[in-house]
Amino acid sequence: MFRFLTLLASLLFLGVNAAMAAEPPARPDGARLYAQRCSACHGADGRGGVGVPLALPAFLSSVDDAYLRKTVRLGRPGRVMPAFTLLTDAEVEAIVAHIRSWPGQMRPKTPSHDRITGNAVRGKTLYDRHCTACHGVHGEGGHGTGVTLSRPRSAPILAPALNNPGFLAAASDALIKTTLVNGRDGTPMRSFLKQGLKERDINDIVAYVRAFEQMPPPPGARVLESASPVLVRVSPYSVEETVEKVKTAVGAANMRLIRVQTLDQGFVADGKENHDQTIVYSCDFGFLNEALKVDPRVGLFLPCRVTVLRHAGKVQVMTINPKRLSRIFNNAELNDLCEQMYKVYVEILEESVL
Amino acid sequence: VNQLRMLVLLVLLGLGASASADELLMARITQPFPEAMNNLQETIRAKGYVVSRVQRVDVGLTASGFQTAEYRLVFFGKQAEIRELSAAYPELIPYLPLTIVVFAEGDDTLVLTTDPLKLGEFFNKPELLKRFGVWGKDVRAIFDDVSRIP
Repeated sequence: MFRFLTLLASLLFLGVNAAMAAEPPARPDGARLYAQRCSACHGADGRGGVGVPLALPAFLSSVDDAYLRKTVRLGRPGRVMPAFTLLTDAEVEAIVAHIRSWPGQMRPKTPSHDRITGNAVRGKTLYDRHCTACHGVHGEGGHGTGVTLSRPRSAPILAPALNNPGFLAAASDALIKTTLVNGRDGTPMRSFLKQGLKERDINDIVAYVRAFEQMPPPPGARVLESASPVLVRVSPYSVEETVEKVKTAVGAANMRLIRVQTLDQGFVADGKENHDQTIVYSCDFGFLNEALKVDPRVGLFLPCRVTVLRHAGKVQVMTINPKRLSRIFNNAELNDLCEQMYKVYVEILEESVL
Repeated sequence: VNQLRMLVLLVLLGLGASASADELLMARITQPFPEAMNNLQETIRAKGYVVSRVQRVDVGLTASGFQTAEYRLVFFGKQAEIRELSAAYPELIPYLPLTIVVFAEGDDTLVLTTDPLKLGEFFNKPELLKRFGVWGKDVRAIFDDVSRIP
């Protein structure tokens, strides 16, 4: 009986797959995918916003499709741009084709993917002299992460992090060299050939930038690790008493109490709320302001919120775990803030159940 | 019977293998903030959800002396789901109700939220994947709808 059912399931599975294989796959709509996946950050027309502008003719004329594909796939760890691992190859291709449909760009020549030979030691000296002001001493890129509020509005883009594993995997030596030789109109990047460097000098800088690959992952690409999505403490007090203690702890943490409400407030009629699930909202507006400057998306988990609940006869106090959520934003500049917020939450929880 | 259960489980695991989550879902609405806020809330309601609260983060910030663009949080959900899930899985409560961040960026408005399927990764509750998947699909549909409104 089991063998028969296994066979039947296999046949059904194969049949479905065969049917799917027989139908020509629908061609992904690049414009739609771009609107869904990219436009929130890069703008509907690629002129930028939260993310850097893509529709710079000098940029699109100097990067090949492989660079765009790899950037979509790998993102920039710790620099906001996520790795779109769930897109199919055809979908990535469609997005790249859509970007290529924008006007004003020259189709770049197919660049060589050969390594450029240069003297990395000499390249470091040249890098230190010519590149650190924008790209940082260790290639960590401009301060900020491309997010609107952390980027001066006058600057079209932030200098990219040249030591970022995503960049190094996406950019060929030829691409880096071309950028150094030609510069990039519409950005602060100038032609270093015009500034007096020789081709040999540029090759040496390329070799030095490539050598970042041999170094440990930079702090700017670090993602906080933490297993639990919530922080929990068991309270020896009643729900009402614990809520009062949370309010006191919030004040002690220099946070302003915003409101106390039940989880179901707004869903049930007044007077019908379940007070065994009560939430205390509070905020340190100075901290919130700083966090939003670094990344306007963090409001998703702010203002601070502490839940007091009774479950299976026990009263618990609970919050999100900011260290666990840090990964969602892929913004290494939030790491310190998430660490700080984690400590504040732990202090509030400990104080509440003391 | 055990073998049959195993077979069903294998088939289900095979079907669920594609249930991976994005980190964040984001969309751009090419409308000024007030219109976008109205349309977002209407669209959420049209999908059968209740908007339980709108948190005016920008008001709190400006009252504290900080400059900010319009910035709100929209909390929404379905009463029965919130009640049932919070009773059975209290550790989910810090993530409930669902939340969408809405903020102005120039003449446009951005909306974003965590992919609800992420909750499946966070809490390792295979029995809830279907529910989180429905939420994820609904949120994507809401974002698609509001970003298409001219």
